[in-house]
Amino acid sequence: MKLYQIAHSRTGDKGNISTISVIAYIQEDYPRLCEQLTEDKVLAWFTKVGATKVKRYEVPSLGALNFVLENTLGGGVTRSLALDKHGKSLSGLMLEMDLR
Amino acid sequence: MKSIRIAAGAGFAGDRIEPALDNIIRGNVDYIIFECLAERTIALAQKEKRSNPDIGYNHLLEYRMDKVIPLLKDHPVKVITNMGAANPLAAAMKIYEIACKNGLNQLKIAAVIGDDVLSIINNYSQMPMMETGGKLETIRDNIISANAYIGGQAISKALAEGADIVVTGRSADPSLATGPIMHEFGRSYYDYEFLGKTVAAGHLLECAGQVTGGYFADPGYKDVPDLWNLAFPILTFFENGNIVVEKLPDTGGILNNLTVKEQLLYEVQDPMNYITPDVVADFSNITVEELGDNKVLVRGAFGKRKTGSLKVSVGYLDGFIGEGEISYGGHNCVARAQLAEEVIKKRLEILKVDYKELRTDMIGINSLYGAASAQLEKVELNEVRLRVSIRTDHKEAAETAAREVESLYVNGPAGGGGARGAFTNIVSVASVLIPEEDVRFGITWAGGPA
Repeated sequence: MKLYQIAHSRTGDKGNISTISVIAYIQEDYPRLCEQLTEDKVLAWFTKVGATKVKRYEVPSLGALNFVLENTLGGGVTRSLALDKHGKSLSGLMLEMDLR
Repeated sequence: MKSIRIAAGAGFAGDRIEPALDNIIRGNVDYIIFECLAERTIALAQKEKRSNPDIGYNHLLEYRMDKVIPLLKDHPVKVITNMGAANPLAAAMKIYEIACKNGLNQLKIAAVIGDDVLSIINNYSQMPMMETGGKLETIRDNIISANAYIGGQAISKALAEGADIVVTGRSADPSLATGPIMHEFGRSYYDYEFLGKTVAAGHLLECAGQVTGGYFADPGYKDVPDLWNLAFPILTFFENGNIVVEKLPDTGGILNNLTVKEQLLYEVQDPMNYITPDVVADFSNITVEELGDNKVLVRGAFGKRKTGSLKVSVGYLDGFIGEGEISYGGHNCVARAQLAEEVIKKRLEILKVDYKELRTDMIGINSLYGAASAQLEKVELNEVRLRVSIRTDHKEAAETAAREVESLYVNGPAGGGGARGAFTNIVSVASVLIPEEDVRFGITWAGGPA
């Protein structure tokens, strides 16, 4: 199954960093996100958009994981040649991840 | 229990105005905050100010205030905004002019100054830039602006001195709420736990419609009613730090646990350490609870001592971008777009166009996720749009690249349409940290008692 079936997501940006939240629609699915959405898996999924490092933060009270991805914005919001300089659309890529 | 009500009036420089007016008229609010300053906006505003010392504030300031100020006669709401951008004093004077035009000469308008640190920025040339790790001195000759993110204290002080409207430059976004809340409850800026709760409030308001169903809708998964009439939030902050976020009845949008959770984490890196000039806020134990009727209770934000450093956004000239786009449709469209890409690359080579970086995208295939697009399921395309962009130090090179894409009309593959080319002079932003004590804020008044 796909991540979008059980979670929603929003992307923010700071410099050359993307912050991507992944929030379970229902709390019961949160442990599954924690178990499967490891830093390594997310890094592998985003490597081809430039990510070099992923840090994951857990916020159980919100049923949410917050991912911080480095170097995803082509050198930074202000100088990137990308069409989506802010990487706002990266939540859409995140939600395409496969889950067991 | 004492409480105050704060409305959002804008979440970015060019935001809609109707929801702000509605919040003033029907919201029974004490304050309204207009957050209008992105990282780079201030650098561009500094450029404008240099060409004319009377401008350099938000382009929509007059448009907004012409509509807001007449309402203040019947609805005495205090206005807090960072629309001052590079020139808070000129902005305050413009607002006072509009107030007088509306017979509200008694309004006291405070300009918060001191965030502009351009004159001392070269003292920090050995500091690393947060984006690249390189030293600030490497961009020294190209710097055009430097503004420190200042906190809520200046806003609180202006309110304590009787301001009706407070205009700042580069204040931190959540501080626009921290300022009035700390003032109203008479709390100390050493009360970090309470400050953390004010940051949660500010963070929920600063993007306006992003907490009421904007940047959220996903048909079939996250449906939002009447998105064309999206409301901006109103927040009640209670003395104990509890927060209730709501939106006015008969407006579009939606406010529920999902919208609040998305916004709480928006642009946050470590939820346990959300750094602001006032406090390091801790959202890691925050809870949300739907009260029904588009109302959500938010509790449990905390805070720790601030870092003692302020982030400075340094604007600098960073060369040029030249870009162009052209579309192909129907059978074999992808192959024709790929041929066009090949032609452009060859052309740039033949013309010896000097660039530092070249990027090509196929809009419809890989413009958002690049090579990672291959990880997604393939879909049939009816059309595709080639985009070519270069980064260069030379204006002529940027112009040439843009023109070469347009030339694909006549000189490229069959059926190219909708070609467009453009070049821009890039103003980039680098961030450095400087000691808090190096930045002194002040308040200057427009109108009212000096």
